[in-house]
Amino acid sequence: MGARDRKTMNRSIVQLKGISKNYGTLEAIKEIDLDIFEGEFFSIIGPSGCGKTTLLRVLAGFEIPDSGSLYIENINMQNVPPNKRSINMVFQSYALFPHMNVLDNVAFGLKVDGVARDEQARRVKSMLSLVKLSGLENRLPQQLSGGQLQRVALARALIKKPQVLLLDEPLSALDAKLRNEMRQELIRLQKNLGITFILITHDQQEALSMADRIAVMNEGTIQQVASPSDLYEFPSNKFVADFIGSINFIGCQLSEIDGDVFKVITRISKDAFTVEGNNSLRIGQDCWLGIRPEKINFEDADVVNSHHNKLSGVVKNITYFGQASMYHVEVTGEKTATINVMENHSQRSRHTTNKVGDSVVLCWSIESSSLFTS
Amino acid sequence: MALCCTIVFLYAPIIVLVIFSFNDSRRNVTWHGFTFKYYEKALQNNNLIEAFFNSLSIAFFNTLFSLILGTLTALLLWRFRFSYKSVYEGIILVPIIIPEICIGIALLVFFKLCGWPNDLPWPLNLSKITCAHILFSFPFVAVIIRARLATFNLAQEEAALDLGANHKQIFKNVLFPHLKPALVVSSLLAFTLSLDDFVITFFMSGPETTTVPLKIYSMVRFSVTPEVNAASTILLLITIALAAIAIWIQRSWVQEIEKP
Repeated sequence: MGARDRKTMNRSIVQLKGISKNYGTLEAIKEIDLDIFEGEFFSIIGPSGCGKTTLLRVLAGFEIPDSGSLYIENINMQNVPPNKRSINMVFQSYALFPHMNVLDNVAFGLKVDGVARDEQARRVKSMLSLVKLSGLENRLPQQLSGGQLQRVALARALIKKPQVLLLDEPLSALDAKLRNEMRQELIRLQKNLGITFILITHDQQEALSMADRIAVMNEGTIQQVASPSDLYEFPSNKFVADFIGSINFIGCQLSEIDGDVFKVITRISKDAFTVEGNNSLRIGQDCWLGIRPEKINFEDADVVNSHHNKLSGVVKNITYFGQASMYHVEVTGEKTATINVMENHSQRSRHTTNKVGDSVVLCWSIESSSLFTS
Repeated sequence: MALCCTIVFLYAPIIVLVIFSFNDSRRNVTWHGFTFKYYEKALQNNNLIEAFFNSLSIAFFNTLFSLILGTLTALLLWRFRFSYKSVYEGIILVPIIIPEICIGIALLVFFKLCGWPNDLPWPLNLSKITCAHILFSFPFVAVIIRARLATFNLAQEEAALDLGANHKQIFKNVLFPHLKPALVVSSLLAFTLSLDDFVITFFMSGPETTTVPLKIYSMVRFSVTPEVNAASTILLLITIALAAIAIWIQRSWVQEIEKP
């Protein structure tokens, strides 16, 4: 989805300035600054307890922040209750009204606004066809499947034509196949309607595949805001690198700075590596070299590349995935560490290139790794 | 076998009562043949009819006020947090626990002390009994409504708020439909509690304000004719019918909507 066109957006629709919220002594979110642009599919991702749900509830108006201010369309939301905000939400549990049929559930937002009956009917009809629920108007929620409930919840929130739609873990209750279908569906809806979507999730695949930009949260703070590919390839700290995708961390010490290129010595084997720099580091400082498993290759005698960093080890275990295999390579020096290496099976073969017990030399280029402070 | 025994033990006296309401005998000790005449007699007994209307009026006002008071209490306990809340919750349940005879005597003394007038016109002359009935009915209502509120999904309230509803609209469209079965069930319960009460009513009643259970009791003091049986059977039928409706509502309304 990275190829999806960046819209000419960059006009802030939601602005958070120094938002904090405490529950007793627990700081749920701390001094959050964030701009969300008009018409983008934004995702907030983080482990459970990172504060993403609190942030969502602040946006919806269910929680009043202890400090900081929230602007929607440049209007301060301080004294605006949830029912007066042009934001609607799809709840994790859907929270449909069990005693109302699909039609009444979807029409609810219009009914409480006093929209004329014929206009209600017209808008409900077109909304139901948009989310592909036509014909189910008279069903009660308990007569619907998980996917259908999800669509009703979406329709109910979208019918008010909100400027921003909040989605709280919307796909977590669906099975894998349906989840995939709904992902495509959400992207389609967002593109068609041009509404800003803010998706809260703990599932990185969900965020990476759907969002234009992602904010990674941990312990109440935002760690990084970036596009999915920037986040994956250029994580700004060790937490983000670790949370998104899988990565190897090798403990190092910075020994030399040569312009943009840094030299580090590993703590395990005392090998020297050349890495792209990280300006916050000083010579002699301990740091982590992060390298993703698919960016490591096995050294091939036929291909010589002096730029490659090298590390030798022994294959301890191989996990076979079909399209790829994950090698668990043990590197021994003063200490022992395991490095994971992903090998794509681009050629058909009955065997993996290396077997358990083989001695191998791992190599990777300067650009494919990052340095993080400890 | 044990099942048969319990059923016989529980229901034999009641079945005998019902059967003997059709007995064609004044003394009503041995069976003399089938007749409806004591039902006719009971329905023509003006004192009994008057007692019946008193009972219905008391039950009606009791239900109305118990429902309002009980629901408000339940909402208060459900929605707000305040100090000594658990103490308050306990105090509410006390009328369910303490012996009726104590409530009866206490109320008798209380109404005497506060000088509640005795010679009010109908239906205000029933106010003492009605107040007494509300006292022991509304805790039941509060308990039932509270239990129902505990099953309310708060996300629904937030969803309604998020969709632009104000608090009145949320109550009307979301919370009230959820509470409806409990409201019906608890009002039926309050109604039957009031209709059947003897002990407390006994202390509150006067010559003008007798109720069906009291009237039946006074009839028994003269002689146990099939007319007493007939009146009791009618009271029994009304009670059973109300209970059946309550159970049916509990089964069908609640389960139909809320099966996952």
